[in-house]
This record gives sequence, structure tokens and C-alpha cells, in this order.
Amino acid sequence: MNALQEPDLGTPAPQACADGVSPPLTLRIDGIEVVVPSGTSVMRAAALAGVAIPRLCATDCLQAVGACRLCLVEIEGRKGYPASCTTPVEAGMAVRTRSPRLAELRRNVMELTLSDHPLDCLTCAANGDCELQDMAAAVGLREVRFGLSGANHLAEPRDDSNPYFGYDPAKCIVCYRCVRACEEQQGSFAITAAGRGFAARIVAGASSFLESECVSCGACVKVCPTATLIERTAVAAGSVERVVETTCAYCGVGCGFRAELDGPPDAPTIVRMTPSKRGAANLGHACVKGRFAWGYATHKDRVTKPMIRDRIADPWREVSWDEALRHAAGEFRRIQRQHGRDAVGAIVSSRCTNEEDYLVQKLVRAAFGNNNVDTCARVCHSPTGYGLGQTLGTSAGTQTFASIAHADVIMVIGANPGAAHPVFASRLKRRVRAGARLIVIDPRAIDLVDAPHVRADAHLQLRPGTNVAVLTALAHVIVTEGLMDEAFVAARCERQSFVDWHNFVARSENSPEALAEASGVPAAQVRAAARLYATGGNAAIYYGLGVTEHAQGSTAVIAIANLAMATGNLGREGVGVNPLRGQNNVQGSCDMGGFPHELPGYRHVSDAATRACFERAWGVELPPTPGLRIPNMFDAALDGSFRGLYCQGEDPAQSDPDIGHVKAALAAMECVVVQDLFLNETARFAHVFLPGSSFLEKDGTFTNAERRISRVRRVMPPLAGMADWQVTMALSEALGYPMNYGHPSEIMDEIARLTPTFAGVGYDKLERLGSLQWPCNDAAPEGTPTMHVGGFPSRPDGKGRFMITQYVPSDEQATRKYPLLLTTGRVLAQYNVGAQTRRTANLRFHAEDRLEIHPHDAGERGIADGDWVGLESRAGATELRAEVTARVQPGVVYTTFHFPESGANIVTTDSSDWATDCPEYKVTAVQVSRRTRPSAPAERVP
Amino acid sequence: MNPVKLIRMANRIGGFFAAMPDREQAIGDVASHIARTWEPRMIRDLRAHMVNHGAAGLSDIVRAALARLPR
Ligand code: SF4
Ligand code: SF4
Ligand code: SF4
Ligand code: FES
Repeated sequence: MNALQEPDLGTPAPQACADGVSPPLTLRIDGIEVVVPSGTSVMRAAALAGVAIPRLCATDCLQAVGACRLCLVEIEGRKGYPASCTTPVEAGMAVRTRSPRLAELRRNVMELTLSDHPLDCLTCAANGDCELQDMAAAVGLREVRFGLSGANHLAEPRDDSNPYFGYDPAKCIVCYRCVRACEEQQGSFAITAAGRGFAARIVAGASSFLESECVSCGACVKVCPTATLIERTAVAAGSVERVVETTCAYCGVGCGFRAELDGPPDAPTIVRMTPSKRGAANLGHACVKGRFAWGYATHKDRVTKPMIRDRIADPWREVSWDEALRHAAGEFRRIQRQHGRDAVGAIVSSRCTNEEDYLVQKLVRAAFGNNNVDTCARVCHSPTGYGLGQTLGTSAGTQTFASIAHADVIMVIGANPGAAHPVFASRLKRRVRAGARLIVIDPRAIDLVDAPHVRADAHLQLRPGTNVAVLTALAHVIVTEGLMDEAFVAARCERQSFVDWHNFVARSENSPEALAEASGVPAAQVRAAARLYATGGNAAIYYGLGVTEHAQGSTAVIAIANLAMATGNLGREGVGVNPLRGQNNVQGSCDMGGFPHELPGYRHVSDAATRACFERAWGVELPPTPGLRIPNMFDAALDGSFRGLYCQGEDPAQSDPDIGHVKAALAAMECVVVQDLFLNETARFAHVFLPGSSFLEKDGTFTNAERRISRVRRVMPPLAGMADWQVTMALSEALGYPMNYGHPSEIMDEIARLTPTFAGVGYDKLERLGSLQWPCNDAAPEGTPTMHVGGFPSRPDGKGRFMITQYVPSDEQATRKYPLLLTTGRVLAQYNVGAQTRRTANLRFHAEDRLEIHPHDAGERGIADGDWVGLESRAGATELRAEVTARVQPGVVYTTFHFPESGANIVTTDSSDWATDCPEYKVTAVQVSRRTRPSAPAERVP
Repeated sequence: MNPVKLIRMANRIGGFFAAMPDREQAIGDVASHIARTWEPRMIRDLRAHMVNHGAAGLSDIVRAALARLPR
């Protein structure tokens, strides 16, 4: 093993027993005394004692199977040579890992293995990073007596179908690590071992990796001890010289990664990105996006020079940073002089770091002097902030991802983790395979409903827009059938709010029978699901944008919190309310004061004491009234009262609903400043373009869906010379409000000083502990993995608050003109508006958005699979290809929004959540009709 | 700002709180929700619309709530 590799103890740590402690045992290994928890393998105990036992099939991220027989040891008082990877320790054991006999046995094993392996180490891409090579050396093998003349597999054809890794069966030693990784870690069961003995081979699907169930997570590649499965980038690049630990910039799981680098620090080559075992969110696992789809960072489309233009019809003109920033600042100040202080604002990004988000909102509040700052979380999880804040007192999920290992019942509502939170989905599936029960509430048959070795106990296939009806009906059953946790409610919740809620949900109009017609879910299914959730042991709810992006998004979040409180499923491991955040830093952008009504730490701008504390620190007076939210900014732009926008790392002209309206609003503004990696759709309406920096080019932190703050570390210098936080600082300076930070750690220090829930956060501590879950302060110096243990400290009296959740049908209803309901979502290989993933080989997996339509609806319209169809709503019309599938129910169509040309958001409307204005992406009444050919983009509306 | 939209948004807020059993409390909650989440020009424009065109289209609870918001 070379020094840059992660340590591998050979077998996983034993599962802790129910009370969390495995009793320690003492044994001796080669005379060294070692104390380990019971259930530990001899191999792991030896590694902990500093004794390396040769091994090939064992690795500490997989359960041991004892296949290779290289790890044999001698145990005093026992006959034979047991495999140390599958032998558990016992008290008083005396183990010997070296003896002449063991050396001979191991050499024989190695010799046999190498007799069917090409001996071209010097030219092999894994040279120096090959466990087989290491083990041959470890067992002292100098010569292979059998040669390569006998029967072997050296001529077997390679499989290069996957764009990111290759498979060379000639090098395979049939250790089954890949098969086990695909099963245990990933849960895809895409590769199998065919044949036995010499004939045993590894097979992906029926023909190739690309044609198989493989989702390109890379787990098999990571565990392969040879160059059989290897990243193409690793073949192309040199050997690894440095490793930088960082955090994935795609989804809200927040996986820890090791950027393995070659070349000089100012121009390194990324050999590969491998998931880090130290990453508490992912424990060494990853998905195709974080693991492989990072090539966009150096894509030729990156814009690395600032640009300006007077009118959006003019061509761009490259200018210096100084000129671009002076121009932008001059324009913002001119607009404020002519149209008032509140005529400008900014959008902060859920993809940027906490430090960057903090700076943008500080710029708006301190330099612009208003509260017109909003985060793109507005359009995804703002109802989570509101709903959980109102009921539980804290606008965040309650658990760690690890908590799911203790759940007995898992309820997934309006989320598709297999596509949007893949590494979490793997954990979830593992738990279901181990026996947890699963309830899925979704209009579509998502992958979890029926995946390999995972089947939902219940799938409540509701009509889009009826979450509140179903959630309230679940509560009705729990209340009227006496399934509540009365003791929890009495001790932990507000009495009066509970009584009001109880009386409300118990009404007959909230019964599953009464609401079945609206929701389309048979009452018996709702009753069974409610009983399972309330009585099946630890029950945990995971939800996504299928809950929040509705006219009643906030009501649904409240209904979820009500269910958890009523059944006592809060405040310990295995339970809770868990929003699955879409983008990497949705949680952080909200935490950092990204909303127009809240200062960092979710404190309302009307709170004089909080304002005073920021006013002192920032040396300015702060306005006490809320600013404009993103949709309000666009409305105000159309009435002329909002004319300047600083938009960092967001693309509302593609991602926001009712694009026609958004584009008209952007076009009406006098100064739009876009800061981004690429000339995105919004940049078409921009007057100033400031080059952004990718996560590889800067230092900072992201906060994932578990409230976990993890470091992002600079891997290469910013391509445009400045990291995003430096650009914001420079813009602020040009506006006459200088900010002076030498490093993002100083920004975090300021955040910690001003935000009680972050008071204990700092880069030194992050360095030491790897990551921290907020609240992190004197009361919880190492962070808070599980929230609300023993109380709801942010609520008055520490009591949870029930709220009434009256179901109100969405304005978006099927009509004669628009008889179908469109709902939207994501696919695994693409991310959000696709700006990053469309610039990678992920296009091979998903090259266009398609419209899923049920065979019945397709048949009625004469639509066949692959046909072009027109999709029209009251907001607009677009065209894309159809996929005829029973995954959607009759009356419902579904698409994704990763490609601008498919125009999903041309069709979505301005309907939005009552509390937060989060758009109702998930319900749009539409008509679908067959097209003989796609019209030219210009013919489309708008 | 577009009064039709403002009316619809206000009514939806009213719709949520209208289900609460304590009417007085509910009116107060609507008022507080609007005050805490709406930028002042939205409230100003909705009021201006009411002055010029009456409160047609606004639900009772929203009207009552708007009357409680400080000017
Ligand atoms: S890449 Fe992942 S899904 Fe594909 S075969 Fe390997 S482990 Fe299985
Ligand atoms: S492909 Fe690699 S991990 Fe899989 S069996 Fe062969 S050597 Fe082992
Ligand atoms: S699961 Fe999310 S955070 Fe992890 S690698 Fe995939 S995209 Fe990145
Ligand atoms: S490492 Fe123990 S049998 Fe292979």
C-alpha cells in the first residue's frame, strides 16, 4: 500500500449491539496485546495492532467472505489455518500471523493466482497502486513456477462500454469484491459471478456494463484490487502524487471525496476522484455524478474572462476584472439613485459555499442596504424551512443519514432518492434488505417501489397535488384508532395545539374514505400504511421536492411534522423528519441568511436584538422589513420597481417556472450581473458576466441535508484568477463597502461569532473532526447528530406545536382543455439544469428529457414510444419525445428539466406555495398531442 | 405589482389559517404571516388596489387581517 492510499483494516467494524456498545475483548497477536470490541475479525484486530496480514478478497468496506485463502493464521489450541478475515476474535486468543508454514501456504495461493494473471506490471496502469502486486511482495513470491502456458483467461475480450471505467477480464483474480460491492454497498446487483473454480468469471448483465443494471457508481472499481476494473482517467494520467480531501458539489448528500492528483499544484491533473471513507455522509461510497462527472470543471465552455455589454442584444466585450466590477457597481448605484434603494437585489446559490452565500447576503444587506436577497432554495425547500420551523422550531432535518440503520419503518414521500440522492438510497435499500418495512407515497412508481431485493410494503400512488389529503388521512387513522404516543405528546407538545389538531383530523371529512376520491388512493391502503407507520417500531420519514413544490407545500411539511410528533417518532436514532435537499448546499444557503426575511441562523429581520448585533459587526443600519423573494423580484421587475440583479451560481431562466414570465422580467431589468461557470440561459439577459469558480477551485464549506458542515478544499487555482468569494468581496468594495477577508476561514469565524447555532464551528475543528452537524456551540461543542432529544429548544417552552392541515385542492386541476397533470423530477445521471452534467459523458446515460405517459393516455392520442409530442399548459408550450410507460398512472405525465431545449419550465405555471411562494412545479394541468416532427425552436411558445 | 397575483397569494395564506378554530387568532396569524414575509411594496400595492378597486376577490379573513397591519 502506498502512503497516499486510505488505510484498510481488512474487515468492517462490528455492528454495535442494540445498546450501542460491543463489550471489549483482549487477545494477543504475534505477542502484541490488543483490545477490540467483540465481533471484530482477527484480521481487523491485527491491523489495529499494527500487524498487516496479507489478503486479497477482504477489504474493510465489505463483509468478509473468506474466498482467497491468503489471510490464513495460526491460533493457539486450534487445528488448521483459519482465514483471519472470517474468524471473530475471542477473549484470550493467541494468534500467530507469521510462520514458515503460513509463508509457504500463502506463496502457493499467490502463485496460483498469478498463474492466470498477465505479468506486465511495469506497463500496467495500476503499477504501484495494485494490491496483487503488494501481496506478491508481502508473501515474498519471486517466481511463478506454473508460467502462463497453461489454461488462462488472458485472451478474453475487454468491456469498454462504460464511459468512465474499463473492464479487462484478463487481469481478474475472481476475488468477488466487485460483486459484493455492487450488492452490499450500492444495492444494484448488476454484476454476478458466473461459473465456479477455474471457470469462474465476473459478468455484468447480459452483455456489457452499459447494457446492464449498472448505475456507474464506481464502487466495484474502487474495491478492485487489480487493474481489472479501473477508471479511464487513471489509465490516462500518471501516478497519484497528492490527495486533497473535499466534498462533492452535486447533491445534498454531501459525499466526502479524495481528489487524487498528479502534476504541479498550480496546474494539477485529476487522476481520479474517489469517495472518502472519512466522509461521514457516504462512508466511502459515491454515485456517478460525484465520482465521475467532474470533467465540466475544465470544459472548454468555461468562461474565464469578465465581460460586459450595454444592451442584451449587443455582443459581449471581454474586459478586465476591474472594469467589469466597476461597471456593475456603477450600474447598481445608478439604479438605486434613480429608482430607490430597493430597486436592486441578489440571488445566492445553493451550489456555492456557505462562506460565499454569507458574503452575498452581507453585500445585499450592508452594501445595497436592503433585504432583497433570496436563495434558489426558494424554489425547492423553502416550505421545509417554514413548516419545520413552525412546528419543531428548527428549519432542518432531524437526523444523521446513519440513523436509517435503526429505522424499522421507512416512509418515503415525494422523493426519488435512487435518482436524486443515490448514496443515501443505497443506505436505505441496505436497511430494507435487512428487514425494515417501506412505505412509498408518490404519483410515480419510483425505483424503490420495486428494486432488486427491495420492494415497498405499500405504494400510495396519489394524484399530484394531494399530499395534504393523504397525510391528513394518515393522521386521522392514527388518532381515531388510538395509535398515538400519548406520553410523548403529553410531555413534549403544546397541549392546546394538540387538542385543536386532534379534533380537526378526527373529523369524518378527513378520513381516508372521504379523501379517497380526491387523492385516488384506496382507503384501505391509507389505513394499512398509517398502522404500519404508527406501530411498526422506529419510523422515519424522508421527503423531497414532491412534498414541497406544491401550492400546499408548507402544509404538507407541517402534516409530516404532525405525524412524527403524534407517534413519538422524534428525538432519537432511527426516527425523525428528514428533508432530502436537492443541491449540495441548499441547507447552507438557507442557514446563511439567504432568505429575504431572515438573517443568518433563521432570525427574522424584524428582531431588533439580532439586527443590532449585525449592525455592530457590519457598521451599517439594517432594514427591519422583509425583502423581495425571487418570484416577487420578477413581478416587481415587470412593474418597473426592481431593475438590478446580482445572480450568483443560479440559472432562473431555465430552472424557474413559467419561463416566459421570468425571461420577460429579466429582459425588463437594466443591470443583470451573472456570476457562473458557463454562459447559462440567464446570461442571455445579462449585462455583466463574472466568471465563477468550480468547487475544485476554492476553499469553503458545504452543509448537507443532515446539517453536516464539511470542508471544500482547493484542488487547483481558480481558472479565472478569483474564487467566487473573492469576486463578491471585490464587487462589494467597488460598491464602496470593502470587506476584508484573507481566507474563507475568516468568513466562517465571523459567521460563528454572529450565529448562535454556529458558535462552535471553525476550520480548525473541522480539520480535526472531519465534519460538524449544527447546532454546534457550547452546549454541543462537537455538533448535534440528532435534534430534539428531550425537547424542542427553539420553541416557546420547548414544546412542539401541532398545526391544522386543511386540504385545499390546487388551482391546477385537469380540465377539458388540459386533461392531464404534469409532474416533474430528476434522473440519476443529470443534475438540475444540467449545466455541469450535460458537459460530461453522463450524456451517454441520459441524452434528452422525455415525457413519460401511461400507455392508456398514449393510446388515446395515437402516441408511440419515442414519438415527438407537444406539451401545452396555460403558461406555454414545448415539444419533446414521449416514453410510454406504466411507471406513471393514467392521467399523469412526467418529465425532467435537465435540458433547456425540452423546455419543461416553459410549461410550469406561476402557481406557488401559500406560505413561501415556492413554485408548484409538481402539478401543472397540460394537454399532450402527437407531433409528426419537432418544430424549430423559434416556432415554440414563448 | 400585479394585483391579481397579490390577491391570490393573500387568499392562499388566508386559506391555511381559516381552518384554525380560534378566529381572532387566525386573523392575527394571517396578518403576522403577511407582515413577516411580504416586502412592503407588495402590501402597499395590494392596499392601493383595494383603495382604487375595492376588496373584491379578497377573502374575509384576509380583509380582516389587512386591517390589522400597521400602515
Ligand atoms: S459501477 Fe456500481 S452499479 Fe455498476 S457494476 Fe460497479 S458497483 Fe455495480
Ligand atoms: S474484477 Fe476486480 S474486484 Fe472483481 S473479481 Fe475481478 S479482481 Fe476481484
Ligand atoms: S450522492 Fe450526491 S453528494 Fe454523493 S457523489 Fe452522488 S451527487 Fe455527489
Ligand atoms: S482475505 Fe481472507 S480469505 Fe481472502
